Amino acid sequence: MLEIKDLHVSVANREILKGLTLSVKAGEVAAIMGPNGTGKSTLSYVIAGREGYEATKGEVRLSGENILELDPAERAAKGIFLAFQYPVEIPGVATMTFLKAALNAQRRARGEPELQTPEFMKRVKEAAASLGIAQDMLRRPLNAGFSGGEKKRMEILQMALLQPRLAILDETDSGLDIDALRVVADGVNALRAPERAFVVITHYQRLLEYIRPDTVHVMAQGRIMRSGGPELALELEQRGYQDYIAQEAA
Amino acid sequence: MIKLASEAEATLSSFYEEMRDKGAPRLRAAAWAAFSEFGLPNRRVESWHYTDLKTAMSRPAPLATASRAALSLPRAHDSLRFVTLDGVFRPDLSDIARLPEGVVVQSLRDALAQGEPHVMSALASADSGAQDSVLALNAALMQDGVVVQIAPGARIERAIELVATTSAEAEQSTYTRALVTLGEGAHASLVETLSALSAAPAQDNSALLLRLAPNARVELVTHLSGGVDHSIRVASLLAHLDVGAMINSFALVEGEGLNRRQIFVRLDGEGASAAFNGATLGRGRLHADTTLIVDHAKPSGQSRECFRNILDDQSVGVFQGKVIVRPGAQKTDGVMQSKALLLSDQATMNNKPELEIFADDVQCGHGATCGRLDKDQLFYLTARGLPRREAEALLIEGFANEAMEPLQDEQFKAFLSDRVSAWLSRRISR
Repeated sequence: MLEIKDLHVSVANREILKGLTLSVKAGEVAAIMGPNGTGKSTLSYVIAGREGYEATKGEVRLSGENILELDPAERAAKGIFLAFQYPVEIPGVATMTFLKAALNAQRRARGEPELQTPEFMKRVKEAAASLGIAQDMLRRPLNAGFSGGEKKRMEILQMALLQPRLAILDETDSGLDIDALRVVADGVNALRAPERAFVVITHYQRLLEYIRPDTVHVMAQGRIMRSGGPELALELEQRGYQDYIAQEAA
Repeated sequence: MIKLASEAEATLSSFYEEMRDKGAPRLRAAAWAAFSEFGLPNRRVESWHYTDLKTAMSRPAPLATASRAALSLPRAHDSLRFVTLDGVFRPDLSDIARLPEGVVVQSLRDALAQGEPHVMSALASADSGAQDSVLALNAALMQDGVVVQIAPGARIERAIELVATTSAEAEQSTYTRALVTLGEGAHASLVETLSALSAAPAQDNSALLLRLAPNARVELVTHLSGGVDHSIRVASLLAHLDVGAMINSFALVEGEGLNRRQIFVRLDGEGASAAFNGATLGRGRLHADTTLIVDHAKPSGQSRECFRNILDDQSVGVFQGKVIVRPGAQKTDGVMQSKALLLSDQATMNNKPELEIFADDVQCGHGATCGRLDKDQLFYLTARGLPRREAEALLIEGFANEAMEPLQDEQFKAFLSDRVSAWLSRRISR
């Protein structure tokens, strides 16, 4: 599903990713763990297509297609979804209006018919109910004045509606209390499917108790340093990241 | 004798000679004297610093003459509509025959001819022109317009719409004046529609005088549109609020040419409340000036101003807002905010908020910002699948919506949203 080869990325002329290679199969949940400042968010941005995150070398392929030349909207229509670490507040734009615009823009781009309001409302309401999102929140401006937990739930709601092929969760656990974490994790788990892949970026093992990964990748200094199964997350929890930082310094 | 400074002012003087015997000679004479003292304002007049009317009006277009054009005006609102076309009130285009109880409507011309004292004093209220020479010019040269009187206690369900538009093929000037009075406790919705159907550059100077008796309430939507390069529109609004009176208003400014909207509000009774919000959609070479003076003369008044300028191409936006709190106007609560969004490198915004406070127990604040579309917001929306231009459109719409939020009337809101959407679709499609 996702093939990243020898990816080098610079932001403001500083190289952040230095030859990152990663492969995630359809149906797989891949966890990426690593210390702060190692380029985890940069990786999520470059996959989603953020301006200013320039790949200077290497490639990123989604189901075989090189996506680096596509703009963010085209990538989204091809099924890439980024759940933001810090979801952006959009005052003046009702959440419902935004959801409908996003969903139908993707459908148009894929040559599918737009969803009419009744069908759309039905889907939103179902998704909102399963995530414990109150109806009145959907009428409020997107993320404006939402709590940290509400914003993260809203990200998962969007993911549920947009049904991506590849979902990247960037520190979705940050700022969540244990109850909110459970709701968010349940939302993610409900979307696990053989045709869908997840990249779960996190500092902590905690999230992975709720979203059980198939593979765990240690990221440090702009590269994947080691890959393994779920047991690797436990090892990291005990030993921390110092091995990988030391390795780099040596 | 007063010596007029320019050729333009000499032409205006000939207009005055033409109009001076068309009713209310004393009112006109006083207004003409006020105008003559200052003439057309140039940039040295502080309140006109960003709009050089003297240069723009160096050649006043001939005074409009009554057109008998049989035209059908599409209706934008489910309203009781009163139309002034090419400077003349047109009963044939107006809903004069189906007035609800509690509403009296006449043409300004008839009102001036009848000279009812309370109407005359409202038309000539002390505010009307002494401070602003262009408003004084409007009073000196007023050709026609509408006078609407709403009885005390009346609840007028349908909106009352005042349309002033032009259809002439040649260049012309119009000077129109409308008066709306609301009796004690009356409630009404008003729409002020200022447009231009002609392709020739018009020079339109209009004034709307609103007088709210104690506890009267009005919701007002103003829509300025039309115009071409080199057309000039000065639209003045004077609102006078008595005890407990309330006005909630929103103005949408679009179109082309030079536009100046000036608002003079006096909260002249305890506990009066005024909201003046608005949005400007600028493209091409639109010059859109909103200049506002909110004068708190009595205690416990509340005022809210929220303006949004959305400026594309080479358009120019101006916001000058002044909140005055008179001595004794204690417990005044005023918040004024102006935000501008520049969508092009050539667009310009001039923001000038001011407070003049002469009382000590007040809460007043103002803020003014000017910026571009937020990159984080754009990335967020595009990462959800919205193409760049659509993402921009959604953000712009949201930006405008914030100023529209306080409007109560859903019909007005829908109309304004449609206008904003239409403007945005033109932007997406080019």
